[in-house]
Amino acid sequence: MDQTLQHLVNGTVLGGTYALLGIGLTLVFGIMRVVNFTHGELYTFGAYMAYALVALLQLDFILSLVLATVLGIGLGAAIELLLLRPMRRADIDSVMLVMIGAALVLQNAEMWAWGGVAKLIPNPFPGEPLVLGPVSVLPLRLFVLAVAAALLLGFWLLLDRTRFGVAMRATFQDPETAALMGVRIGWVNTATFALGSGLAAAAGALLGPVFIVSPTMGDLVGLKAFAIVILGGLGSLPGATIGGFALGYVEEFAGGFVSTEYRDAFGFLLIILVLALRPQGLVPAKERIG
Amino acid sequence: MSGGESANRPGQFMGYALPWGFVALLALVPVVFPDPYLLAVLTSAGIFIIGAISLNLLLGYTGQLSLGHVAFFGLGAYASALATLGFDIAIGFGLRLQVAPQPVWVGFLAAILVAGGFGWLLGRLAFRVRGAFFVILTVCFAQVLRMVALNWVELTQGPMALIGIPGFALWWPGEGVVELTRKDQNYWLVLAVTVLAFLLVRQLVQSRFGRAMVALRANESLARSVGIRVTHYLTVAAVISAGIAGAAGSLFAHYTRIIDPDVFLFIYTVTMVIMVVTGGKGTLWGPVVGGFIFGLMPDLLRGTAPPEVQWVIYGAAMILFVMFLPRGIVPALQALLRRRAA
Repeated sequence: MDQTLQHLVNGTVLGGTYALLGIGLTLVFGIMRVVNFTHGELYTFGAYMAYALVALLQLDFILSLVLATVLGIGLGAAIELLLLRPMRRADIDSVMLVMIGAALVLQNAEMWAWGGVAKLIPNPFPGEPLVLGPVSVLPLRLFVLAVAAALLLGFWLLLDRTRFGVAMRATFQDPETAALMGVRIGWVNTATFALGSGLAAAAGALLGPVFIVSPTMGDLVGLKAFAIVILGGLGSLPGATIGGFALGYVEEFAGGFVSTEYRDAFGFLLIILVLALRPQGLVPAKERIG
Repeated sequence: MSGGESANRPGQFMGYALPWGFVALLALVPVVFPDPYLLAVLTSAGIFIIGAISLNLLLGYTGQLSLGHVAFFGLGAYASALATLGFDIAIGFGLRLQVAPQPVWVGFLAAILVAGGFGWLLGRLAFRVRGAFFVILTVCFAQVLRMVALNWVELTQGPMALIGIPGFALWWPGEGVVELTRKDQNYWLVLAVTVLAFLLVRQLVQSRFGRAMVALRANESLARSVGIRVTHYLTVAAVISAGIAGAAGSLFAHYTRIIDPDVFLFIYTVTMVIMVVTGGKGTLWGPVVGGFIFGLMPDLLRGTAPPEVQWVIYGAAMILFVMFLPRGIVPALQALLRRRAA
């Protein structure tokens, strides 16, 4: 029982960041119909920017995380304007190939710039875990969960309560009609991709101090983001949130009770099962996509 | 319609003499330039060209973007290596599965069968889902296999790698049945298998089967309505494609003599995809042309650029090709020749 509670807490912390990753990816697919292979690289980018700002420039920890996210948003906007905008009329497979090429460029540029040796991001939180009855958790992880939750909430408010959110949701449902109503689809696309990239960079900057930073850290994470999105139904925002937490719990519990070695494999097995048995995902998007 | 088939019709020269002349030239390379480095580069390029030819069957002819293709390559490599090394594993209920070391040709067949079998499985599974789902499913499939290879240490030695894999053994003129250890022997073997794979795929796409696949790619509902059994054809294409990739994996294992879970890396799938896309998907020569370019490029860049920069160039080349020459080099050349002729 004690162990179960501990796994539940760990799974929630993990799930929070997974949800951030999933939402960015699912939003980009839902609105732009782009399968974004650079998502994992934006995550890596966020972590390296956090490293550069905290460890090299000695800036404040929180400020660095904010700046890393802003830089991620900028990189996302650049990718959208340079690569995706000219490809608006291309088929989904060609766009996918371009994104794979971009991921290849980003990852190897990072490897070239930073070298293959993993980096550590120092953080100001005490290294002593907080102990609450049978459960112990590091303050840093609690901070990560709190920020992730705040970002999720903020993002939901942005979509639900702002004019911009309405424009995004309208584009999601029917781009042509939205365009007729005066929504500038091009800018909605750029903003969507930039925001999705920003969320990935934020997840990287948040998890960078928890784990270590390496050029290939985005590989597995990018694939996991796909797992989350498929789990929840491609293009569904609540689905991506639920999928993120579900994957966090599955990994944590399967890793704890079944097999540590195969911990990372459970997520992928889960996707294969979901796709084989329930291809529309756990929470199918209301709007028909694909 | 793809230009690949029509290119073989006008003039016997284009369709017959030129390709065989090309093969003959390649066969002469070890005699004229017996440089071991050059042969090593061409041999590994050849192995990837076989992979690209098999991927083209799925990607180019059925139009399914399979991004887990390296799974079949890796399965073939492991199946062949394990069959020739022998293994002894627990399979539950206190039982053990023991396999004594087999001759290499058994390993080669095992590679084709195992990869083909998984191709069938993936075909049945994946063709229920299409588009983005299919792509992600294939990526995950390769990932799961990589993790199994990493963690099933009893069978695969995990990250310690399978070492001491015997070389390919073949009857060789004047020497009887020998293990192929020389660079030129391996080069000719890979060349021969590449030609066989090419001919097999050509035979296939020029048959009724190939026309059905092209019909599927063009308009699936129409193809279905005139009685083409879509799932059946797609599954057969997946099995054959996987089997050829498995054969390439077997060649790889017996050529490098050592394999580790990294044979399942996504980057190898990407390499094959780049070869097919730049050369021209859905054309017979596309994977060969693209394969030569991207198989030789790392070695042309060696010395002038560190490996990371090479990969940056790869990625940039892929982006530029897809954006500016989306159909690939071969269709562009064919269009150019046709305009010249007209």
